[in-house]
Amino acid sequence: MSSIQNLKSFDPFADTGDDDTQPTNYIHIRIQQRNGRKTLTTVQGLPDEYDLKRILKVLKKDFACNGNIVKDEELGEVIQLQGDQRVKVMEFLTSQLQLQKKNIKIHGF
Amino acid sequence: MSAENVDLGFDPTLKKKKKKSTKSFDESVSTPKETTPEVDDVLSGLKKKKKKSKDDSEKDDDSKTTSTDDITEALGELKLKKKKKKTTTTLDDFDKQLEKAGVLDDNNDTNTDNNNDSNNNDSNSNINNKDSSLESQDVGLPYNDLLSRFFKVLSQNNPELAGDRSGSKFRIPPPICQREGNKKTAFANVQEIADKLQRSPEHVIQYLFAELGTSGSVDGQKRLIIRGRFQPKQIENVLRRYIIEYVTCKTCKSINTQLRKESSNRLFFLVCNSCGSTRSVSSIKTGFQANVGRKKKLAV
Repeated sequence: MSSIQNLKSFDPFADTGDDDTQPTNYIHIRIQQRNGRKTLTTVQGLPDEYDLKRILKVLKKDFACNGNIVKDEELGEVIQLQGDQRVKVMEFLTSQLQLQKKNIKIHGF
Repeated sequence: MSAENVDLGFDPTLKKKKKKSTKSFDESVSTPKETTPEVDDVLSGLKKKKKKSKDDSEKDDDSKTTSTDDITEALGELKLKKKKKKTTTTLDDFDKQLEKAGVLDDNNDTNTDNNNDSNNNDSNSNINNKDSSLESQDVGLPYNDLLSRFFKVLSQNNPELAGDRSGSKFRIPPPICQREGNKKTAFANVQEIADKLQRSPEHVIQYLFAELGTSGSVDGQKRLIIRGRFQPKQIENVLRRYIIEYVTCKTCKSINTQLRKESSNRLFFLVCNSCGSTRSVSSIKTGFQANVGRKKKLAV
């Protein structure tokens, strides 16, 4: 009986894995102007399961920039990087951490 | 044409067949005409025009051969019966109308089209003469030709309906940015852009500040003074994102939308004026930004 395809149990209400209905916690990558042509890049909303400290270490090495982790009361921990690293951070998050592109929002000009 | 006409002359069953084939052709042609007014009333004028040009093609047939005179007459009758419209079929009246309307140039294109169509029709009937078994296959013009012609006419007269978004309705003026002193940028035409987008300038400004991570104010000439140096290109990018998120309708891609605030749940809803769809949009989170950097460093 198991050979009959139709009888294979299929739960239509099962999680398909790509449900968009659940409000996702976006990862926001922002840029801030400093004096002159200097800028800051902030990465906010990274999931808790990642070790920010280690990520920062890699980012600093990869992008050849300085950075630190800022603790915010409401927003949790935010990675701060020197310079405009938005696209590079995005690339890193998608390729190295397997985060989905649609959950990442790049802000700024 | 000439060989065919000889054929026509010899064939006794020609009249009937030609009628038949033209009938089907007529039907197929008339279908897009019937659909066009449904799309828009503006096209009604065009409809008349086309009819006139059709008569013109008949005239051409007349001048070519006298043997097909009765046929074309019958054709004309057929058409008259079918359409029951006010347009006159006599050539003089047609010419007069053309002169009156002054649309001779415009008609030339459609005329040629129609002539081509009639040629197609002739070839179709020719096939019919040669092989009567093919009669059932003769369905007039191919659908693709009709469709392309319909869209050509539509884009000529109503480009917006044909998916052309380059009209004045959809054009948003580029942002004008001037340097205000050393550390400030003046965004001169916020008001104009906000009007074009049917949004309140406050909303636009709020979004700009949130995205750019700066602050600023509106001066006496309704210019927006932003702290920090920005190029028009950068402002344009932000505006683009604003339009995508808060202006365009996701369903029909129209920018003819309204932003409404639901008083019950304090959510912003985007209502499309073109298709009537509604979607919720997230409010602009100005304070969302981890305001680190200069200020905090100064404070600490």
